[in-house]
Amino acid sequence: MRPFDYRRPASAAEAAADGAETGTAFIAGGTNLLDLMKLEVMAPARLVDISRLDMGEIEQTEDGGLRIGALVPNSDLAADPRIRRDYAVLSRALLAGASGQLRNKATTGGNLLQRTRCYYFYDTAMPCNKRQPGSGCAAIGGFNRIHAVLGASDHCIATHPSDMAVAMRALDARIETLAPDGSSREIPIADFYRLPGQTPHLETMLTPGELIRAVRLPPPRGGRHVYRKVRDRASYAFALVSVAAMIRIEDGVIADAALAFGGLAPLPWRDTRIEAMLIGEAPARELFALASELLVDAAQGRGSNDFKIPLARRTLAAVLGEACELEIAA
Amino acid sequence: MLDIDPRTSILDALRNHIGLTGTKKGCDHGQCGACTVLVNGRRINSCLTLAVMHDEDAITTIEGLGEPDHLSPLQAAFVRHDGFQCGYCTSGQICSATAMLDELQQGWPSHVSADLEAAPDPTDAEISERMSGNLCRCAAYPNIVDAIREVAGGGK
Ligand SMILES: Cc1cc2nc3c(=O)[nH]c(=O)nc-3n(C[C@H](O)[C@H](O)[C@H](O)COP(=O)(O)OP(=O)(O)OC[C@H]3O[C@@H](n4cnc5c(N)ncnc54)[C@H](O)[C@@H]3O)c2cc1C
Ligand code: SF4
Ligand code: FES
Ligand code: FES
Repeated sequence: MRPFDYRRPASAAEAAADGAETGTAFIAGGTNLLDLMKLEVMAPARLVDISRLDMGEIEQTEDGGLRIGALVPNSDLAADPRIRRDYAVLSRALLAGASGQLRNKATTGGNLLQRTRCYYFYDTAMPCNKRQPGSGCAAIGGFNRIHAVLGASDHCIATHPSDMAVAMRALDARIETLAPDGSSREIPIADFYRLPGQTPHLETMLTPGELIRAVRLPPPRGGRHVYRKVRDRASYAFALVSVAAMIRIEDGVIADAALAFGGLAPLPWRDTRIEAMLIGEAPARELFALASELLVDAAQGRGSNDFKIPLARRTLAAVLGEACELEIAA
Repeated sequence: MLDIDPRTSILDALRNHIGLTGTKKGCDHGQCGACTVLVNGRRINSCLTLAVMHDEDAITTIEGLGEPDHLSPLQAAFVRHDGFQCGYCTSGQICSATAMLDELQQGWPSHVSADLEAAPDPTDAEISERMSGNLCRCAAYPNIVDAIREVAGGGK
C-alpha cells in the first residue's frame, strides 16, 4: 500500500472541502477502498475519514419515506424494522451481499460507490481503461464470465457489483449530496451512475469532493417484494444475475411493477419498457416470457458471459412468477 | 497508546505490534474471515480495517473471549465437538459465532430467513448462512455447526 495522509474532519462540510483536493478519497467502512489500496489499484495520497461523522441515522421524512444516512451500516439497514416491513426488497438485497462481518462495516454510501470486481481491473499488470484510461480492456477478448451483457461499450464491459444498489434502483432512491462549496443536491438513482462509453473511469455524476450524505427512499409502494440472486455458490459470492422486483396485483391484473437488475450491466439496470408491458395485464406465463425477452433484446454476449443472456431471461420469468403467486396467495 | 503507520490494519496492529497472535491472517482481503474480531461487540474483518480509525473503540480478540481454564461457551463447544482440524480458521470462527449469536438474539434476519419480520431460529441453514463469511480450508463445517447449534440451543 502506498503511504497516505490521514485526516479526520469534524463535520460533513469540512470533509467535502478536504475531499476537493486532487488525490483525496473518503473512507467510510473501508471494505472496498482498502482492498483496492492494498493492491495499489487505488492509491490516494490522502484519506479523509468520514466514519465518525453524524450520518448514521435512519429517519422518517415528511413525505412518509425514509432518509438513510450515508454511514448506516449494511447490517443495520437490513435489520431495521421499517426496512423489513416496507422495503423488503432492500433488506433482501443487502442480506444477499457479502458476509455478516463485511455488512457490519460496509456503509450505505460506500456500497453505492464500490468498484467493479472485474479481475483485470484488480490486476495492475493488465490493461484496463477503467483503472488506467487509454490502456485498453483486457476483458474484451479475454476471460469475461462475470462481465456485462447490457449497457457495456467497446472500452469497458465491467458490471457494477452491488446488490443494495439494485434494490435502490427499483425503489427509485435519491442520493443526497454535499459539495465542497456547501451546496446540496438530490440525484435520482436513475441519473446517478454513468454508462462507460469512452470514459469508463467516470462511474457516477459526483464531482470531486462531493460527499454522499444520505439516501432517500420514497414512501412505501406496497406490493410483493422479491430479490433473487443467482451466483456461483449459495452465499458470500457476487451476483451473476440478480433481479429486484416489486409487484402489486389488484382485481386480477398487475397494477404496479418495478424491476431492477444486477450482474448484467455497468450500473444497476432498469428497463421501464418491461414494467409498461406488465402493468394492466393479468399475470400469465406467456406474459412473463415476453417480458423476459424484452429484457435481453439488446443484450450482447462477449464469449464466456454468453450464458448470462438465457440466465437473465429465465431468472426474470421465475421472479415474476414467484412475486405474482405470493401476491395472489396473500 | 500505539504509534503506528496509518496503513496498519487492526490485524497487523494486533499481531505485529501488540503481540496478540490469536487472530489469524488468511487472505488479507476480506474473503476468508480468519481475521474476525469484535469491535464494540460487532464482528468485522480486521484485515480490511485501519487501526487509526478505531483508536477509541473496544476490540475483543479470541484471547479476550476466554482463557484455557475459563473457556467461553463457544470455545468449549468447539473443543467438545472437534470443530476444527488444523485450527487456523478457529479463532475467526469463534469470534464470528460469538457476535452472530448476538445478532440472532437481536432478531436480525438473514438471507435464508423465510419471514423477514419473524424472530429467527438457529437452524442449521441459518447458522451456515450467517457463518458464510468464515471459510474453513479443512472443511470442519459439520462440527462447527454442531458446536454453534449447541450453544445457540437450536434444532437441526
Ligand atoms: C469478499 C467480499 C465480498 C463481497 N460481496 C459482496 C456482494 O455479494 N454484494 C455486494 O453488493 N457487495 C459485496 N461486497 C462489497 C461490499 O458491499 C463493499 O465493499 C461495501 O459496501 C463498501 O462500503 P464501505 O463503506 O466499506 O466503502 P469504502 O471502502 O469505505 O468506500 C468505497 C468507495 O466509496 C467512497 N465513499 C464511501 N463513502 C462515501 C460517501 N459518503 N460519500 C462519497 N464517497 C464515499 C470511497 O471514497 C470509496 O471510493 C463484498 C466485499 C468483499 C470484500
Ligand atoms: S471490463 Fe472495464 S474494468 Fe475490466 S478490464 Fe475492461 S476496462 Fe477494465
Ligand atoms: S484475513 Fe481478513 S478476511 Fe481473510
Ligand atoms: S480447521 Fe483448518 S482451516 Fe478450519
